[in-house]
Amino acid sequence: MTLHLKKGSSRKSAYDLKNPLDELEETHTLAVLVDNEAGVLARVIGLFSGRGYNIDSLTVAETDAEGHRSRITIVTTGTPAVIEQIKAQLGLIIPVYRVNDLTVEGPSVEREMALLKVAGTGDKRVEAMRLADIFRANVVDSTLESFVFEITGTPEKIDAFTDLMRPLGLSDIARTGVAAMARGA
Amino acid sequence: MSREMTGAQIVVEALKEQGVDTVFGYPGGAVLPIYDAIFQQNDIKHILVRHEQGATHAAEGYARATGKPGVVLVTSGPGATNAVTGMTDALMDSIPMIVLSGQVPTFMIGNDAFQEADTVGITRPCSKHNWLVKDTADLAETIHQAFHIATAGRPGPVLVDIPKDVQFASAPYKTKAKAPTTHYQPQVKGDLAEITRAVEAFENAERPIIYSGGGVINSGVASSQLLRELVAGSNAPITSTLMGLGAYPASGDNWLGMLGMHGTVEANLAMHGCDYMLCVGARFDDRITGRTDAFSPDSFKVHMDIDPSSINKIIHVDVPIIGDIGHILEDFLKVWKSRGRKTKSAAIKKWWGQINEWQARNCLDYTNSSKIIKPQHALQRLEALTKNMDRYITTEVGQHQMWAAQYLNFDDPHRFMTSGGLGTMGYGLPASVGVQVAHPESLVINIAGDASFQMNMQEMATAIQFNLPVKQFILNNERLGMVRQWQQLLHGERYSQSWSESLPDFVKLAEAFGGKGILVTDPADLDEAIKEMLAYDGPVILDCVVEKHENCFPMIPSGKAHNEMILCDEETADAIDAAGKTRV
Repeated sequence: MTLHLKKGSSRKSAYDLKNPLDELEETHTLAVLVDNEAGVLARVIGLFSGRGYNIDSLTVAETDAEGHRSRITIVTTGTPAVIEQIKAQLGLIIPVYRVNDLTVEGPSVEREMALLKVAGTGDKRVEAMRLADIFRANVVDSTLESFVFEITGTPEKIDAFTDLMRPLGLSDIARTGVAAMARGA
Repeated sequence: MSREMTGAQIVVEALKEQGVDTVFGYPGGAVLPIYDAIFQQNDIKHILVRHEQGATHAAEGYARATGKPGVVLVTSGPGATNAVTGMTDALMDSIPMIVLSGQVPTFMIGNDAFQEADTVGITRPCSKHNWLVKDTADLAETIHQAFHIATAGRPGPVLVDIPKDVQFASAPYKTKAKAPTTHYQPQVKGDLAEITRAVEAFENAERPIIYSGGGVINSGVASSQLLRELVAGSNAPITSTLMGLGAYPASGDNWLGMLGMHGTVEANLAMHGCDYMLCVGARFDDRITGRTDAFSPDSFKVHMDIDPSSINKIIHVDVPIIGDIGHILEDFLKVWKSRGRKTKSAAIKKWWGQINEWQARNCLDYTNSSKIIKPQHALQRLEALTKNMDRYITTEVGQHQMWAAQYLNFDDPHRFMTSGGLGTMGYGLPASVGVQVAHPESLVINIAGDASFQMNMQEMATAIQFNLPVKQFILNNERLGMVRQWQQLLHGERYSQSWSESLPDFVKLAEAFGGKGILVTDPADLDEAIKEMLAYDGPVILDCVVEKHENCFPMIPSGKAHNEMILCDEETADAIDAAGKTRV
């Protein structure tokens, strides 16, 4: 994207920073309720790859075994028009029952879980443990040279914790992706 | 008590229950049990094609000529992969189609067995939905669902993949009535508040235009009637996409001709200059809009469509109305009539004055010749000699297709079959076979180019075998005409690979298949040749040798707007700028 900067304006200025014709990209969290049938995830992912949409995070698991329903939570980024297209296209997939845009349909909660392996000894090990305590991460595995922390929170919280662990010997990380739900009844 | 049947018998029974009378297909190892079941009955006719792609296009032609879904039966592996082009074509053009494919037995799936392919994986993005049936007990209801999904909402192709052991095993047959209903029930009624908003703006329109598309035809003949009623009652000018030709008659007073890249000047300028646009079952395709940021800048836009994803996809509209075109038009007319059928008739009359000026440019004029047959002239003569006949037209893809849309007149829906969205060369001949199967007594003509025709010419054998007297009208310029035209316009006249150096002798080719071949090169002989083609009771190839370097005009060069058309060769220099060159 080219910026149309007038002389004297800066990135902090409210004016002239962007071509007004360009729409701003937004990040949305979509909850997609699907029939848990063979290939349903491939249909959803194929839609995103085939039409060039972004997937920032994707979580899927069966939520109703008797009703054969699964819930897919997708975090995606695009202009408002693209987000609308994504929702409409998802709605066309036959095994999709419902598409909810948690970002626009009122307040919602988002949580992600991560496991982080931090290897080290001495001060670094103590500091890792101390920070884990601050972030309310649990130790789920421990050896004399390593910890595996379990942390749950918003993606931003996990990002922050990960950044802190990196200099302290972070050697492996597994993240679940976002699960999200609208607030209230 | 439901009857116990083999999977293969269930397939045939379910097709019968769905009212299928014709299946287009090609046998092979993984589908033999179904072919055995077909052998032992007489209700369903099987048309043996010569290539599975031919089966899919024949089914498309059948579907578009009847309004019923087309049914295709192919074997596993290459049978299914050969069906992919036709399925993609049907998806783009919203044609209801059911493809039944054989698959290797369930216990061999995943082992790279002979003629195994991941058919549901391959066809997932080119079908509306697909299924791999692993249990014979699920087979009947899956097929019933397949028919529902292919035909409900925006129609499209579906595929049911049936492993061979599932065809052999037995299960009770489940009737359509007993099959569980799917939650897929698309909205057919349009929102009345939105319809009322659309009507209010319509009443105040001074320069209205109706832009209709294939959705009108898919919605059924009644929708075309409602559209005609709306046009007649309001005196609004009407144009149509390639897919929608025939919904409003070309002989009608308010007809402006087709719009878009090769549309008429009057249609495109009216789209550009209108203050109210009523889009009825079309999708603002890039062949229609040209440059989107300069598309119809001053109009209030209403979009009626059954597919919610078509709304605001390319062009932002003021009033979206989601639903079946027939239902929406009915409600639109009701609301409009109940409010007193108001229009700004004086302003619309003035608008017509402007449109008549544009029409006076006769944008479809061309320089005729007495020495060589001009393709436009050939089509005009064909039109003149067949216009009062019970006629169906199919086309291949390219210049001839656009000329057919420009110079042939369609007064009824379901009479014109062409590959619009995907632009599939090789569509026309097999489609003509499918149309002729549906209407054995009617005249079916495929307008072809020499290059496109060769892509599926093996289907001539199908036409011969089933006594289908399809007429192949080849506008032979020994070129890939549209490719050549683009190379002239934007690749410095470097004609890379766009000519046919060793064309077959089409007369001998027709005779080799067992049909009739006619060659015409002199404009003076053209009428006789066409009459000879029409008079022959059997498949004919008419090899009409035409001007080699004729270009198709008017043309909106890629990347340009509706008001930037070029009309003749003299205007083509630098017609396409750098940004336009990257477009298709």
